[in-house]
Amino acid sequence: MIDALTGVLLIPAVAAALLAALPGYRLTARLNVLAAFLSFATAVSLFIVEPQSGPYLLVDDLNKVFIVLTTFVGFTTAMFSASYIGHEIEIGRLTPTFVRFYHAMYQTLMFALSLALVANNIGLMWVAIEIATLTTVLMVGIYRTHEALEAAWKYFILGSVGIALALFGTILVYMAARPVIGEGLYAMVWTVLVTKAAKFDPALLNVAFVFLLLGYGTKVGLAPLHAWLPDAHAEGPTPISAVLSGLLLNVALYALLRFKILLALNPAAIAPGPLMVTMGLISCVFAAFMLYRRRDIKRMFAYSSIEHMGIIVFAFGMGGPLANFAGLLHMTMHSLTKSAIFYAVGHISQVKGTQKIADMSGLTVTNPVLGWGLVLGVIAIAGLPPLGIFMSEFLVVSSTFAREPWLVIILVFGILVGLGGLFLRLNTIAFGEPRGPTAPAQASYVPMFAHLAIVFTAGVYLPPALVAGFENVARLLG
Amino acid sequence: MRGNLAFDIAHMLAGTLVLVSFMQLYQDRLYALLNIYALHALVLAASVAWQAFIQDAPHLYLTAMIALVFKAIIIPVALHRIIVKLGIHREIETVVGVGPAMLLGMGLVALAMVVMLRVTAEADPLAREDLAFALSVVLLGLLMMVTRRNAVSQVIGFMSLENGLVLAATGAKGMPLVVEISVAFSVLIAFIVIGIFLFRIRERFDTVDVQALDRFRGERR
Repeated sequence: MIDALTGVLLIPAVAAALLAALPGYRLTARLNVLAAFLSFATAVSLFIVEPQSGPYLLVDDLNKVFIVLTTFVGFTTAMFSASYIGHEIEIGRLTPTFVRFYHAMYQTLMFALSLALVANNIGLMWVAIEIATLTTVLMVGIYRTHEALEAAWKYFILGSVGIALALFGTILVYMAARPVIGEGLYAMVWTVLVTKAAKFDPALLNVAFVFLLLGYGTKVGLAPLHAWLPDAHAEGPTPISAVLSGLLLNVALYALLRFKILLALNPAAIAPGPLMVTMGLISCVFAAFMLYRRRDIKRMFAYSSIEHMGIIVFAFGMGGPLANFAGLLHMTMHSLTKSAIFYAVGHISQVKGTQKIADMSGLTVTNPVLGWGLVLGVIAIAGLPPLGIFMSEFLVVSSTFAREPWLVIILVFGILVGLGGLFLRLNTIAFGEPRGPTAPAQASYVPMFAHLAIVFTAGVYLPPALVAGFENVARLLG
Repeated sequence: MRGNLAFDIAHMLAGTLVLVSFMQLYQDRLYALLNIYALHALVLAASVAWQAFIQDAPHLYLTAMIALVFKAIIIPVALHRIIVKLGIHREIETVVGVGPAMLLGMGLVALAMVVMLRVTAEADPLAREDLAFALSVVLLGLLMMVTRRNAVSQVIGFMSLENGLVLAATGAKGMPLVVEISVAFSVLIAFIVIGIFLFRIRERFDTVDVQALDRFRGERR
């Protein structure tokens, strides 16, 4: 029996096997796009017909939002990747064998991300996030330069420690659940855990959450556990940077949110909120300052991702329907905007043959479409009106200001510092003295402008159906 | 009576694992470290097999077999060959001295005991002591990873950390997916080892670079 739920997993799995076997870049790139599109279509169909959940797989209102977002960005990134990889083959930076490997890994990553989202079993979710880590490690190191290998190794070691701690937390959750639910499979099944969480041993749950926060928090890129993130973003192929920022961080956050719900249901356990608020604020302010003095364009936007994950974790940590709504909206907007920026950055660094900010100045003169696209993207990510991120940041601030004014002031400070850092660099990149090659880019602008159009629309007008859906999820998050 | 004996043996094996973790901390030669790691995996295999026996859980024998064949034999042999090929067998390295490292390790074990024994007061005694030992092994593995510079010893640190996790997972009675998780971890470790070999990550990139050496000898282009 194949329903949409297994379809979301089966399509990328089959595609990965096919892509590993098939030669020829043109064919495989198209197949990659097709598979990503099919996954997206299947994910959308989850909203129309909701499949039955079992002890291993689950669909509910919370993960539907994540699945659709993940498969959508996966699809547009596949489109971007097709033109990006084409150029990499032309200049000989990647050989056909590596491209075959790359495409297979891309679909394996999509499989792992979807599996982590639909897993109803906390052990299965952990395994999925581990697979996602491994595939991204391999892709970060794919150029095999000294820097790429160092980035991959760093990511690998920190990521492994992170998932090891997360596993210990998962085992502790099982230990807490076992006396109540009984031995065996059901003590790890999410839907069962939620119904019985109130009776779990609170002390064990507390310790478990600390491990889970540190473990999955490493993958979310929360400071001070973020050290892998800028390197991994800067040294890997740009489509992977887009997927890392836009998707992998979200999926790790999703895992964290699941356990936050569990803790919130137990009245005697610590409130997970303050821990998340603290880490969120630290990440936001720290990353905002790190935006200054960045010389590598991808590294700069990687720090911007840390900043935004900080804001999102802050919003979810504050909790309550409004802040959760704001957090969800901000997460969606950040995914779309940041991947759009990376699409632009990918083509820019290909045209200019470098990732150094100093060597790509005057972009609006040399490559107007890319230059203005990037300007638009940075305006969006910095949170200026009327784009979507302004809307969601405004919501985060306004929904929490009445409750914790001092914390919000710190947050706003972080956002403003970040804005300054971004515009300082943008000024050089976009409007400085024209420099470097001026050849027109062979780029597909569709994914970039599609994302920016969505972000713009969301800033001006949110469809009522979307608002209702997000409000529902925000209530679930507690 | 049988319950008591079962508890004592499980306790002894888990305690031995912590002890072997300590032994890893002060090895300054890679070969010796590797041998101690093999011992670590061997003790783990025995401990898991014993848990399989007392919990009457045959699938855990599979985990024990993985620990025995893969971690105690294949991985050490593979790493041994890598060390020979990279010519780093004579190297002596520790960032923190032996004394401070042992003291730190003892502190971490005390921390693990305090945290785990306090929070699991209600759980059954075997599970709670197993968990405390497992956390000690995990923390000692972490300590090893931060005090070493050499990629190979970092990996050994990670693998002993992972042994601690397997100990925790098998100690948690009736936990599902233990076999799957241990297989997933084995794949992870295999990746690391292949990674070291293929990418020839020698030191943590700050001392000698093998690629630079190759270029110097004219092997690369």
